[in-house]
Amino acid sequence: MPNLSMTVNGKAVQGEVEARTLLVQFLRENLDLTGTHVGCDTSQCGACVVHVNGAAMKSCTMLAMQAEGAEVTTIEGLADGDTLHPMQEAFRNNHGLQCGFCTPGMVMSAIDLVNRNPNPSEEEIRDGLEGNICRCTGYHNIVKSVAEAARVMGS
Amino acid sequence: MYDFNYHKPSSSNAAASAVAGADDGKFLAGGQTLLPTMKQRLAMPSDLVDLAGCDLSGVRVDGDNLVIGAMTTHDAVATSAEVQAHIPGLAALAAGIGDQQVRNRGTIGGSVANNDPAADYPAACLALGATIHTDRRTITAEDFFTGMFDTALDEGELITAIAFPKPAACAYQKFPNPASRYALVGVMVAKTGGGVRVAVTGAGENGVFRAAEIEAALGANFSADAAAGAAVSADGLNSDLHASAEYRAHLVGVMASRAVAAC
Repeated sequence: MPNLSMTVNGKAVQGEVEARTLLVQFLRENLDLTGTHVGCDTSQCGACVVHVNGAAMKSCTMLAMQAEGAEVTTIEGLADGDTLHPMQEAFRNNHGLQCGFCTPGMVMSAIDLVNRNPNPSEEEIRDGLEGNICRCTGYHNIVKSVAEAARVMGS
Repeated sequence: MYDFNYHKPSSSNAAASAVAGADDGKFLAGGQTLLPTMKQRLAMPSDLVDLAGCDLSGVRVDGDNLVIGAMTTHDAVATSAEVQAHIPGLAALAAGIGDQQVRNRGTIGGSVANNDPAADYPAACLALGATIHTDRRTITAEDFFTGMFDTALDEGELITAIAFPKPAACAYQKFPNPASRYALVGVMVAKTGGGVRVAVTGAGENGVFRAAEIEAALGANFSADAAAGAAVSADGLNSDLHASAEYRAHLVGVMASRAVAAC
């Protein structure tokens, strides 16, 4: 089986995987980083979004081998000790989640969105989250969360 | 998905050799279509040859052409200063493919090679009169797209780049399926040295095609009203649970007229 090494949340990791192992499987099953979720497994829902070299990607539609040598950030890598990332804090403040299943992917996608566009309009936020599906909130509080986090991240 | 052998060569020559040497080898570009297909076990290649190390990504201006490397992601096309400066309609098209996460991985070469009948890039290639460069030859867009999921590529032939002649103006408009966001109908209108060209994706039974009626109308009078007024035949258009052929024919005119207005 192929050997694999990458950096996950700032830590060098390695493992032996089957070629068909998906990045999300490697994260969840080899590294026990179960914050990244598998929702639809068909690259539609966005629950599996992580950052690969700084860009949001659907880790259910990427082979672990394709992340060889990459810098990967998962939801577990955002907080600084007990201090939540501003995006996580904003989701908490604005009740941007109910069941929480989609939240790791929402947060990772939203950070990429704000990194690309530091001052997004409501329409740009809604458009930017097209690849993430939430079945509880109706999106309204998620949009509020992202707008608040953008203000905090920009200040 | 079934297991396979994974290769990551560092040149397109080595990639072509790896596919040629495999029982049933396939190139892996961004994987945004191939991997879901393999997960559903609709494809089971013996070997995947990852093109990420083959230096096939990037945008350059070559005279009157914009040359985009096959492994350039949709996001890189959408945000490229060169594409925005020379063919802004192409940058806008790329910015509307899939969602941001898909645009961060999916590539122009992968999309064109797959020739999904509802993909956006084939409309741009055909409307702009692009040339597809492979490791063996160059193929015009007219000759390249041969049918639904079908192209002129031979077994093991690798797309290396796509060259787009700069148009005087162009714009793309699509009517996305509300659920899948794929183009129910997408229309690229381009004013080129060879006249007005109009290419339609999402609608045709055989994939992307040029809308002769609208091209003729716009050639005489380049206006949104002329595009909307051109009668588009429903013959040869898809009829499925998403839309009837007649509705698609109507949408072709509407999208074309919006594209003209955006030119």
